Amino acid sequence: MELELRGITKRFGSLVANDGIDLTVREGEIHALLGENGAGKSTLMNVLYGLHAPDEGEVLVDGEPVRFSSPGDAMAAGIGMVHQHFMLVPGFTATENIVLGSELTRGGGLLDRRRARARVLETSERFGLAVPPDALVSDLAVGVQQRVEILKALLREAKVLVLDEPTAVLTPAETDDLMRVMRELADSGTSIVFITHKLREVRAVADRITVIRRGRVVGSAEPTASQEELAALMVGRDVRLVVDKAPAEPGPPVLEVAGVRVTDPAGALLLDDVSLTVRAGEVLAVAGVDGNGQSELTRCVVGLQPVDAGSVRVSGEDLTGLSVRQVLQRGVGYVPEDRLHDGLVGSFSIAENLVLDLVDTPAYSVGPSVDRAAVARNAAERVAEFDIRTSSAQAAVSTLSGGNQQKVVLAREMSRPLKLLVVAQPTRGVDVGSQEFVHQRIVAERDRGAAVLLVSTELDEVRALADRIVVMYRGRIAGEVGPDADSEQLGLLMAGARPQEGTA
Amino acid sequence: MSTETPAKEVPPAGPAGAAPRRPAPRRTWLVTVCAVVGAALVGAVLIAVGDARTRAAAGYFLSYPWDTFSNAWYAVRDAYVALLEGAVYSPDLSGKGALGPISETLVNATPLVLGGLAVALAFRVGLFNIGGQGQVVLGAVGAAWIGFAWDLPVGLHLLLALLGGLLGGVLWGGLIGWLKARTGAHEVITSIMLNYVALNLLNFLLSTRGFQRPPYGQAISEQVDAGARLPLLLGSPLRVHAGLLLALLAAVAVHWLFSRSRLGFRLRAVGANPEAARTAGMSVGRLQVVAMALSGGLAGLAGASQVLGVSGSVTGSVAGTIGFDAITVALLGRNNPYGVIGAGLLFGGLRAGGVQMQSTTGVPVDLVGVLQALIVLFIAAPALVRAVFRLRAGGGGVGTELAGGWSR
Repeated sequence: MELELRGITKRFGSLVANDGIDLTVREGEIHALLGENGAGKSTLMNVLYGLHAPDEGEVLVDGEPVRFSSPGDAMAAGIGMVHQHFMLVPGFTATENIVLGSELTRGGGLLDRRRARARVLETSERFGLAVPPDALVSDLAVGVQQRVEILKALLREAKVLVLDEPTAVLTPAETDDLMRVMRELADSGTSIVFITHKLREVRAVADRITVIRRGRVVGSAEPTASQEELAALMVGRDVRLVVDKAPAEPGPPVLEVAGVRVTDPAGALLLDDVSLTVRAGEVLAVAGVDGNGQSELTRCVVGLQPVDAGSVRVSGEDLTGLSVRQVLQRGVGYVPEDRLHDGLVGSFSIAENLVLDLVDTPAYSVGPSVDRAAVARNAAERVAEFDIRTSSAQAAVSTLSGGNQQKVVLAREMSRPLKLLVVAQPTRGVDVGSQEFVHQRIVAERDRGAAVLLVSTELDEVRALADRIVVMYRGRIAGEVGPDADSEQLGLLMAGARPQEGTA
Repeated sequence: MSTETPAKEVPPAGPAGAAPRRPAPRRTWLVTVCAVVGAALVGAVLIAVGDARTRAAAGYFLSYPWDTFSNAWYAVRDAYVALLEGAVYSPDLSGKGALGPISETLVNATPLVLGGLAVALAFRVGLFNIGGQGQVVLGAVGAAWIGFAWDLPVGLHLLLALLGGLLGGVLWGGLIGWLKARTGAHEVITSIMLNYVALNLLNFLLSTRGFQRPPYGQAISEQVDAGARLPLLLGSPLRVHAGLLLALLAAVAVHWLFSRSRLGFRLRAVGANPEAARTAGMSVGRLQVVAMALSGGLAGLAGASQVLGVSGSVTGSVAGTIGFDAITVALLGRNNPYGVIGAGLLFGGLRAGGVQMQSTTGVPVDLVGVLQALIVLFIAAPALVRAVFRLRAGGGGVGTELAGGWSR
């Protein structure tokens, strides 16, 4: 089956998310759709999947124009989608999830579990997608859950499979496995649209590459193109993937985390005896696949998460058990991993967000009132200093792009004198142009003498910024390496392999 | 909530894009006006159906269809004219003079505005205070007790009685907030339960010596001293009292709280994104307690103003349905203090006019309740209003925000 999108335009209010996009996916090819976050990839796929109606343009299947008004229509036409966030029912088994929505029934409306199970097994064998049919989805690893999603589409006879950022949640080994599956599927005639912003993966698996920037197709490339070429296409200019920085000059220890242990309400260990030290003037990067305790670690440091055992010290002072406010007052800056959830109040203006934690300080108050002139003055300064692109500091912060939102968070945290800066996923959802800026500010903060604790799942970022790297796996520190460690070494640690001490 | 687009990717803020998408205030007004008109139209159908002469004419509709329509028209016209006269202005009625209707409207609006402010305040902090009823009762009890049991000089007595009302509401509302912050109990559940507790507490007090008025036959409290009563603004027999000024003052105070004060800034932050507020070092639980206490205090003042301004004593029905009507007032006023004043005046007017309508045209006063409900229904389902009145859809819309937001 050949799929063609012709002149697709989709607007949200005054924003043009897709602007006359043409895209052809041939039978049995892996077609990578490459673009930054916010370039319009997901919007395009939502149009294809019948979730959005295009304002202009049409979708053709085997040369025939089709019109999808719901995902059901798209599925019926042979298009399957695996969303970045899985659409699975955790308390159902793999089989139940796979047949959900097109259940096999016996007479009288009874479920035919046996036939469903057989079909699942058969399909999973045919495509080399091993899935335990009777296991609860909540018990499965993320990579296996993804296979359940893929099987769901395949069982509905999908001829075109759309994978939306499928590797974002996977370990390197799981990623390799997914790529093998993609290759097999393509060889058996299924077309795959692979949405991603990761250059390395595109080069490894794609047959053809279409690059999207700001809602338009800006070019296509062969998988033989270099990473630098692809990055330049993506952002529209040459991008330097390295950050300029002098060697660290570590001072005395600032952050000392000792034997921290955290259990969740269900009793599972989230942090298991974690100890680390960050000195003044150095960046310690915590690498690892999402969900291995990094978030909990940062939350413990700033006092958002109570610890069950262990201690957190900053400049020798024990901060364990202090409130967030007290921790922040002692010179700790915090850039949370999920900006819009934890870092910003979306409906507040940029100016208000810039003083979110400062509004009670004398500088911004007149008696019981907010000193609105001071808030406006501060906003004007920060917007200029951090190059926040906005028409007005009074605009709601949710109207900004991801990169500019991140600049607002950074600007706020860096407007206090910091001894320690805790940064989680600083460039997630941030455009490449702003990434450089964010990285430079973090390094500048280090050079000023602050200790920086950086948590990131992006290895390139970790290597570019770190002076030392620790890897977390299942709530433990799996090992520590230098900033020049290679991907393989880091990948092994991230997947839980024991470091080979002394022999390497 | 249906306001967010399903797309995960927000298109980049280019020079052309990134205009803040807020519902235009003009459209907000338009939806409100349309909701009122729509409710009046549905009400007209009910009046026509309820009218005996119209029904009789409908019996021979096929022979003389015009009779049905003209009878219906006269019934509807008479009812709405009476409603309007009872609410705003009528030339001569019951010796109260031309200002009688307006006075009644203001008397009815006063507790609705205070109660509406209470609900709106809590909602801006992300809390749904449906315990207004209980807080009104506690406010009424507090004000009445200080009003009759204490013996104080004139001005001070009123002040302390009002303070007593405020405090009763603060305690009752603050308790809800404290339960939520401490145990995570949902404020909707606890406030409903505390409504029952308050009502039965009132019944208990009304049969208790020291509170009940001698000779202990009736469930009514002692009479509040004249010195603790809110003064009448236009003199007897017009009932409008200084509680109205209190309500207007409270609206200004709430407006100041949210637009200017540091506390209001933090309260709004907690309402808009509690996680971000917590991450910024705010004590979310404490702010929720403060919000509920303030909200309860406003509802308590509504109760106090009823006792000190209108009845002079407490009965089992002192709170009426103020606590629940306040929710609709806040909804109609879109949680904006000045909008709440407008909504309170509208509903107060409907109340006052409804009585007049019933006495002159026989259309039951219950119609007013139906109108109120319909107005709120139209506001909460803006798509309906737009479909009926052919308004252009404006991104997101105010109603979706309300209808969705209230059920959080």
